[in-house]
Amino acid sequence: MNSVVRTLTGFRDWVDARFPLMQLWNDHLARYYAPKNFNFWYYFGSLAMLVLVIQIVTGIWLTMNYKPGADLAFASVEYIMRDVEWGWWIRYMHSTGGSAFFVVVYLHMYRALLYGSYKQPRELLWVIGMFIYLTLMGEAFFGYLLPWGQMSYWGAQVIISLFGALPWIGDDLALLIRGDFVVSDVTLNRFFSFHVIALPLLLCGLVGAHLLALHEVGSNNPDGVEIKKHKDANGVPLDGIAFHPYYTVKDLVGAVVFLIIFCAVVFFSPEMGGYFLEHANFVPADPLKTPEHIAPVWYFTPYYAILRAIPNQLGGVIAMGSATFMFFLLPWLDRSPVKSIRYRGWRYRVALALFTLSFLILGVMGVQPVTPEFTWLSRFCAIVYFLYFFFLLSITTPDDSRGFVRYYKLCLRGLVWALTVGFTYSWIKGLPANELDKTPLMDKLDSPSTYFVIALLLLAALIETFKFYRQDVDAIPPERVRWS
Amino acid sequence: MNEQGIDLGRRRFLTTAATVVGGAGAVATAVPFISTLTPSARARAIGAPVEIEIGAIKPGELQVFKWQGKPVWVLHRDEEQLKSLPELHAEVRDPGSEEAQQPEYARNEHRSIKPEYLVMVGLCTHLGCSPTYVPRADAQARGLGSEWKGGFFCPCHGSRFDLAGRVFKDVPAPRNLLVPRHQYLSDSRVLVGGDDSGGVA
Repeated sequence: MNSVVRTLTGFRDWVDARFPLMQLWNDHLARYYAPKNFNFWYYFGSLAMLVLVIQIVTGIWLTMNYKPGADLAFASVEYIMRDVEWGWWIRYMHSTGGSAFFVVVYLHMYRALLYGSYKQPRELLWVIGMFIYLTLMGEAFFGYLLPWGQMSYWGAQVIISLFGALPWIGDDLALLIRGDFVVSDVTLNRFFSFHVIALPLLLCGLVGAHLLALHEVGSNNPDGVEIKKHKDANGVPLDGIAFHPYYTVKDLVGAVVFLIIFCAVVFFSPEMGGYFLEHANFVPADPLKTPEHIAPVWYFTPYYAILRAIPNQLGGVIAMGSATFMFFLLPWLDRSPVKSIRYRGWRYRVALALFTLSFLILGVMGVQPVTPEFTWLSRFCAIVYFLYFFFLLSITTPDDSRGFVRYYKLCLRGLVWALTVGFTYSWIKGLPANELDKTPLMDKLDSPSTYFVIALLLLAALIETFKFYRQDVDAIPPERVRWS
Repeated sequence: MNEQGIDLGRRRFLTTAATVVGGAGAVATAVPFISTLTPSARARAIGAPVEIEIGAIKPGELQVFKWQGKPVWVLHRDEEQLKSLPELHAEVRDPGSEEAQQPEYARNEHRSIKPEYLVMVGLCTHLGCSPTYVPRADAQARGLGSEWKGGFFCPCHGSRFDLAGRVFKDVPAPRNLLVPRHQYLSDSRVLVGGDDSGGVA
């Protein structure tokens, strides 16, 4: 051993006697054993951390030149773009990073849907992850106001009004968020504070908690088996390999590929045709005029489409809120003991495919202007979206169709009584038959009785679901449950 | 530990007392933090009434003013536009302006003091976008159909209002557009945001 290595080792030992350095290194990297069958889908956790670092570093640099203030903000962003050396690069890294964050996080979450990573014992890990997702949404929303363009301004106005739609407390809550009677300088300044300090701190804390929880329960894998069940004499899982060096090296390759794509966007298409940076935002905020067509940035559009699909203010806000909230319940809604989609049979595959499709269509609908056809398509997709979560309750085992059939018999019964009551209601209400023939199909569907039927339908599904849940939860013979 | 051992009762009392007093302190600390978030004295002062000049607005024309940072519309309605209002009773949600979206003196067919001049806050009651004024002539270009008698269309979520700011049925906006307190100082000068009854906003 030469003297340099000796000195370094000595220094490490000196630190180690005073701080658990090697213990942390071993617990979280060198002797943290991860399943050896990770695939493509397992890149996105580490990539999300990479994007977080990019956002924090570029954010610090942007803050050096950005000025919060209604009469300064827009000009200071232009100053960064035109006069600050490499300022355009820093800003495009940050704006592209915002969208990249959501790309990576959505894929990371989708991995959990594929392989059941939210299931026991990883429920809390999933819930912490959902809090990260919500914080990220807040961070994106607060950040979007800062350039003080038209879309910033009216986007904030709309989102804050969502809170204003809540009964009783709505108006005061909206006033408290804005700190003024309209979105103004005051609002901009506090959003700046939330965006650069409050939420990033919270985000880092939550990411830390997410990692701690992960390393406590261990990673899931594409086969959904627990590697901790089979260990060698030293207590090392037989199907596990050390995170470092094996997965650090693998993730490094992922990071390289990611950065190639990321830089291609930053250098060649930072606006991404108006999806990453919206065109209306190149016009300074004008509180007297709403842009012709306003739409949120792409990562919010599925929820926005659900909001617009409901022709009732409070109903829309509730639907949008619960669309996000359903994810929190996922570990308890999905009752199948099987984790991975590989062993869950065709029903789950079809359900997940429909859910994915409806989420994507809603995303596309969210950037389209309002037309009756699109509204109806959004409504249909929103129903599919919510049905997915109810559907999860019906699968209890991979090969047992009994629960499945029984659940749908119950739902069918619900459907029959909802339709009966609904049509009796509209018949009593007395729509004259000839009047009905004259109205076009869209208007005919767009009537209170339709909503009444849909509401009854959901209610029926809910009631039947609870009945089913209570009856069946313990009734599955253990020998029918594989992979438990 | 003293010779009598631990006095658990006293320990519990002290723990409870410390928790209650500390908790009250923590709650009291929340007051300044939350109060800071409410509108400041300056923000409240900007809400004061403003005087506007409406004499130059031609019939059928809309002009936008600013009050409390919000757009305030003054629409000069012509004869034909005024005639369209009673025809829409079946299609609007609140034809008689029952809901308190206007001061008492504007609770009438035309929702204004003078029939021809409509003074209104130009923010949609759905999610606060500013709707666009679409006179009858522009209806085709907007895809609003031949039935359109003129009114306001919100581009954000497709809400529609008639020429008195009354909301149509089956659109997301729940209420009619807000008519602020206002009064005529002369034939062509209007005070927006206050009136002689002493009310503000």
